[in-house]
This record gives sequence, structure tokens and C-alpha cells, in this order.
Amino acid sequence: MKRHALSTRVWHWLNLLCVVILFMSGLNISNAHRYLYWGDYGFSPADAWLAVPRFPGWMTIPDYYSLAKARDWHILFAWPFALGMLFMWVAMLVNGHFWRDIRTHLAEWKPRAIWHDIREHLRLNFDHGEGNYNFLQKLAYGVVLGIVLPGMIFTGMAISPGFEPAAPWLVDMFGGRQSARSFHFIFAWGLFAFFVVHVLLVLVSGPIRQLRDMITGGTR
Amino acid sequence: MSDHPPRIGRRGFLAGFGALVATGCSKVAESPITQSLFSAAEGWHKTVHRALADRMALAKEYPRSAISPTFRGNGSLTVDTDFYRQQLSAGFPEWRLEVRGMVDTPMSLTLENIRKLPQRTQITRHDCVEGWSAIGEWTGPQLSVLLDAAGVQEGAQFVVFRCADTLNGDDYYESVDMIDAYHPQTIVAHMLNGEPLPEKNGAPLRMRIERQLGYKHAKYLTAIEVVSTLDQIGDGKGGYWEDVAGYQWYAGI
Repeated sequence: MKRHALSTRVWHWLNLLCVVILFMSGLNISNAHRYLYWGDYGFSPADAWLAVPRFPGWMTIPDYYSLAKARDWHILFAWPFALGMLFMWVAMLVNGHFWRDIRTHLAEWKPRAIWHDIREHLRLNFDHGEGNYNFLQKLAYGVVLGIVLPGMIFTGMAISPGFEPAAPWLVDMFGGRQSARSFHFIFAWGLFAFFVVHVLLVLVSGPIRQLRDMITGGTR
Repeated sequence: MSDHPPRIGRRGFLAGFGALVATGCSKVAESPITQSLFSAAEGWHKTVHRALADRMALAKEYPRSAISPTFRGNGSLTVDTDFYRQQLSAGFPEWRLEVRGMVDTPMSLTLENIRKLPQRTQITRHDCVEGWSAIGEWTGPQLSVLLDAAGVQEGAQFVVFRCADTLNGDDYYESVDMIDAYHPQTIVAHMLNGEPLPEKNGAPLRMRIERQLGYKHAKYLTAIEVVSTLDQIGDGKGGYWEDVAGYQWYAGI
């Protein structure tokens, strides 16, 4: 059996492309109004819970301030990103990847076992038996696949005035339009944090093999 | 002078990588295929929004308690003409709203005419393309009332809003299709929070198109023009920001 299913590999690399373009164009959009609010309205720095820094050109798409062009990229890549997420969830449920590898079990939610996992990670010891993810991996992938990535999509839909009449409850669920916008930012940076840790762990755990396996599939 | 060979630090590497992606994207962005993909994606969003929500489904309306303490003005904050200044101080006695183009009965309405029409009052949220929101109570006749009174002719596709203000030397204008024009919350507002529309918010008349971002809500309104195509209007992209900066014509995100 392959270590990574074809669907996982295709989605993984397509998703990387989408996330990088969405994140960098999102930083350009952020520069248009650098304040975040809770609730339904907010337009004045005095009401903001966070003043976001201005992101320099090397971090943004395009590499100069253009709200129109950044939104072009953002609006286009929202499609493969959202459809890819839908595809990945269907594939994970059908091929058993979710049930087998990602779902945690009650028995794993034990402070001692979790502490042990954390210590092993800090020692850069990733040898934890054949094939399966350890608890922290399951938790990280579960949170990213189940909350952060879908959260990006749903908060994005919630801040679209043209979509809101279709599901006003979605906006209410996030606590209002400006709250949904704030969560869009929080999820985006959560995803960035995951990206950094994910890449670091790949680098310290046999990067060549990890990359090769995520391209060819590898063997369990 | 340093004897060390130049080193690419972490920051330099990230900057280099960022610049590579960004310049790559700029090149790709200029290609005709990418340009047509951008406009196609804009169309997919519009299609899906309209498929998922009923065309007449309303944008959220709020209770009075939700109204924001002030309503931010943005873009044009006044009209820089003597006529406007004089009308503003006199309560706009000579302001006219024309309804023209592909209509059976072109009209030229005074504010008094507009106040006498059936009115709709709605407390709605204004979402600016930049990201901020404000909530206010708007009052005015539905655009559909004006269009029906004038008699829209066969083949009409768009409604163009003509404005008195200019930005960076160009006339402000905007446009919507017939679906948004006939939406029940599309009104010609002359009041905000129970008072005549303030100068910074578009006095004496502005559009409210609640399922669209703020740049569609044309201020300082002087005419409503019914047309079959946007090709001959401005630079042909359907609005001031669309022409000047490449904004998306469909502004529902």
C-alpha cells in the first residue's frame, strides 16, 4: 500500500499552490484596511481590536498595492481551493484515510501520553511505529483539515454580501460580518503557523524521503 | 567593505522567494488567458450567489439598536462645484434626477417628486471593498418604482447611475444589471438615519444596492440611464473604479 494515496498527493500540491496565492494576495487585500473588529460593523481604528501591520511588497501578490489585482487572484484561487477541500474530504472519507489515520481515539486524549508525544517531538524522535500518525500529528492534521481550511472558506463566504442572503446564519454563527472577517485573518495566520511547523518537521525528519513520498506515494 | 562573501540570510531567502512568486505572478497576471480566467471567476461567483440565494432574497436588515454611531464617508466626500455648494445650503431646490435611456417616458424628478413616491426604509450594513462596515437606516423609493413608471423597453440590460462628483478628474458612475436593479432593497436613498442624506454620504440622493460592495452605491446621483450595453459608457467596464483601477464589476465578492 502507498504511504500517501494519489488523491492526497494531488490535493496536497494543488492546495499548497492555492494557499500560497490566497495568503499572499490576502496580505495585499489586508493593506486596504489594516484594522480588525468584532461584531457587525467597524470602520474606525478606535473600535479595532487589532491594527494589522502593513505588509511589504515582497510578501504580497501583486508585489505592489493593488486591491483590484489582489482580489482577482483571491477570487480566482478561492475556487480550486474550495473545490479541492471538498474533493479531499470526500476522498478521505471514502478511502479510509480519515478513519484510519486522522481520527483520534478517546484513549489517546491522556495527558501523560500527550506529554510523551511532545517530549519525543522535542527530541526530534519521529520513530513511532509503522505507518500511523502519532497523536500530535492527528490533532494538527485534524484541526487543519477540519477547522482551519474549511474555516477559511466559510468565513470567506460569510464576508460576501452577495452570498449572505443565501445563508444569513453563517454570518451570525461567526458573530457578525466584521467578526467573520477577523476569523478569516486568524485562520489565515493559523494556517501560516501550521505551514512553518509542518515544513520544519519535514526538514528534520528526512526531507528528501518525505518530499519524494509526497510525490510518488512511497510505501508503508 | 566586508571580506565575507555575500550571504543570503533567512530574511533574504524569504524576500527572494516572495519576489520570485510575486514577479512570476505579475507576468502570469498580464497574460490574456489569466485575464479571462479572472473575469470568468468573477462570473462564477455571481452565478453561484444567485443560484444559492433567491434573486429577490433580502440582505440582512437590522434593528435600530444596531445602527453604527456614525456613518463613514469614503471616496468622494463632496461635489466641487458652485452649483452643488449653493444647492446644498438651500436644500437642493433645483436638483433633478433624470430617468432616461431605453425608457418609454423619460422623467426629470425633483426631490419633492421623489419624496412623494412610495418609500422603503431599511436598516442595512454597508460593506466597503476595503474591508470596513457601517450600519445605517436608509429611506427612499425603490428603483423598480422609478423604472416601472418610466417603462423599461425591451432589450434593456443594465442601469447606469450618473453622478455629480468627480474623482481624480473623472466622472463617477456605476452600473448594475436588471436583476440587481429590480431587487426590492435597491432604493434611491434621500435619508440616512431619519435625516436628509449628509454631504459626505452623497447628498441629496444616492443608490443603495445592498447585496453589493460599497463602490456600487453611487452618491450625488443625477441620472438613471437604462441601456442595452455598457460598451459606450466610460471606458466600457461599467463603473468608475472598474475603468480606473480594474475593480470587479460584480461587487458581491
